[in-house]
Amino acid sequence: MNQALLEVKNLRVEFPTRHATLVALDDISFQIAPGEILGVVGESGAGKSLTGSAIIGLLDPPGRIAAGEIRFDGRRIDNLPYDEMRKVRGRHIGAIFQDPLTSLNPLFTVGQQLIETVQTHLAVSADEARQRAIRLLEETGIQAAEQRIDQYPHQFSGGMRQRVVIALALAAEPKLIVADEPTTALDVSVQAQIISLLKRLCREHGAAVMLVTHDMGVIAETCDRVAVMYAGRIVEIGPVHEVIHSSAHPYTTGLMGSIPAMDEERDRLLQIDGAMPRLNAIPHGCAFHPRCDRAFDRCRSERPDLMQATATRAACWLHAAELKVTA
Amino acid sequence: MSSVQADPVDVLVEVRDLSKTFDVSAPWLNRVVERKPRQFVHAVDGVSFAIRRGKTLALVGESGCGKSTVARMLVGLYAPSDGSVHFDGKDIAATLSGKDAPGLRRRMQMIFQDPYASLNPRWKVRDIVGEPLVEHGLLTDREELGTRVADLLRSVGLSAADMEKFPHQFSGGQRQRISIARALATQPEFLVCDEPTSALDVSVQAQVLNIMKELQSRLNLTYLFISHNLAVVRHVSDQVGVMYLGRIAELADKTELFARPRHPYTRMLLDAIPDIHMTGRPRIPVQGEVPNPLSPPSGCSFHPRCPHATQRCQQERPALKVQAGALIACHAVEEGRI
Repeated sequence: MNQALLEVKNLRVEFPTRHATLVALDDISFQIAPGEILGVVGESGAGKSLTGSAIIGLLDPPGRIAAGEIRFDGRRIDNLPYDEMRKVRGRHIGAIFQDPLTSLNPLFTVGQQLIETVQTHLAVSADEARQRAIRLLEETGIQAAEQRIDQYPHQFSGGMRQRVVIALALAAEPKLIVADEPTTALDVSVQAQIISLLKRLCREHGAAVMLVTHDMGVIAETCDRVAVMYAGRIVEIGPVHEVIHSSAHPYTTGLMGSIPAMDEERDRLLQIDGAMPRLNAIPHGCAFHPRCDRAFDRCRSERPDLMQATATRAACWLHAAELKVTA
Repeated sequence: MSSVQADPVDVLVEVRDLSKTFDVSAPWLNRVVERKPRQFVHAVDGVSFAIRRGKTLALVGESGCGKSTVARMLVGLYAPSDGSVHFDGKDIAATLSGKDAPGLRRRMQMIFQDPYASLNPRWKVRDIVGEPLVEHGLLTDREELGTRVADLLRSVGLSAADMEKFPHQFSGGQRQRISIARALATQPEFLVCDEPTSALDVSVQAQVLNIMKELQSRLNLTYLFISHNLAVVRHVSDQVGVMYLGRIAELADKTELFARPRHPYTRMLLDAIPDIHMTGRPRIPVQGEVPNPLSPPSGCSFHPRCPHATQRCQQERPALKVQAGALIACHAVEEGRI
């Protein structure tokens, strides 16, 4: 594997509260190669959005990175001062958020916002910046970009606004885009358009993407690799096809089985009983063990790290046992 | 007789030419000063369907297609502008204004989308689930009420001890179970479920869908299931109605609709869904978005986005007709072009 574009090592994010320190992310490690699309899935509260925020340096206080490091292009970015990080964010790492309505400023035209972004990060004249902004809007499939550039966000529909947000994220030609639930607020027919647009543009611009979503369908169609998160940890990571079809972690298997499929009929959906634990009550050992029907003694006492399973890497003791048997 | 038209004896809920118009005009002064005309949105426009006893009809469509408005009219939360809803052979508009209203309300209940907003945060679960029983005067004795509430909670997979808790002590999926328990309290025959699982995570959604299916077969419940998620609809329904801008585009048995979607909009919706079994599938996304319902397109409202549209589609609105075992509103299908 060639040099990773983004490398996250043993990342731990904590939220100190009056009663206790809540560990929201624990020992997160993964890499993204240049041009790769990595999906991050999990249920609400698993820590997937927080991972994205930590990477772009936008953790909400009192949340803080307590341990570990984040390297971008070989350079450490998790401990950069605020002003330095501002230069990285937008220029090298772009961001797309869930709600296209709140990520645009309603008081400025989309053109002003695009031109501001271009001029902040690139040394170009006002005229060039405007031309560039128009070209970006055209690339994202907005008709009559020359007229629409002077319109305000409220004059755009939801899908069109998300196109503008994608144009903004791509404005400074970043090498990595962190997209946090980019299609969740959109209707299915528009969602399909936005996903294929995002995929095409990132390929054309050579940008890698970290796609955070709870929708496995979107992941399946878009990503190269996928990381599954549960209670603040990565429980399985691997190529998208293998994670979906031959998952090694019981949580991933349960998650896939609980999704109603379009191409087959089942009387009952597979269900994982119970719910994800709260941050202040994460069980000892493997956090999933109270819900896992294959849990044994070791799962209750000792926490598994990611280990090599058949085709993916999974944090599950079942695979440690397998290794021993085969060895 | 075609399979989409049910035997009348069997039908529990029948909707005929149901319409709802909302007045969205500017205030009177603005209309006078700025010479603005009155404006109306046809949220639902001539919708007809029938649901057989013990079966599930699902309505699917994108936001703004009028599916929730239909749901609300069915339980009497909105009065229809036109058309009628018949429940067990009787017109509900007439019944709800008469003295039999409580009797009818007892027989139909609703489950809402947002389990955070639909439970009173200041009430204990005991009071939330027990309220319909008290309201309808079915049980007044506090002890009996407690026993009944405990039974209801157990039937949705919660425990009797949960009665003394407040809604904030539950997760989203558990709250939705409380809503289901509340809806079942009066032993209704008909449940209107408006996006009951769209606020939930997939593993929790599976739990709730399984409970709903179990209860249906045990209590012979009839469901109207509103959703934008076709995969969920495929899992729960017997019949599916696809709505677009206030009208039904296609209404067919589930197997038929998913095996052979006929209407171009249905095909588009089915094609647009990302599916976990289709890794790396290339696809051609449909262009355009749902038009503004304030000024819907002429003729067939789908024609600006339809690859098969002709001049006839631009001018003439297609009627919902029986075609090859399904009800379809499309000129192209009728003319045999697709």
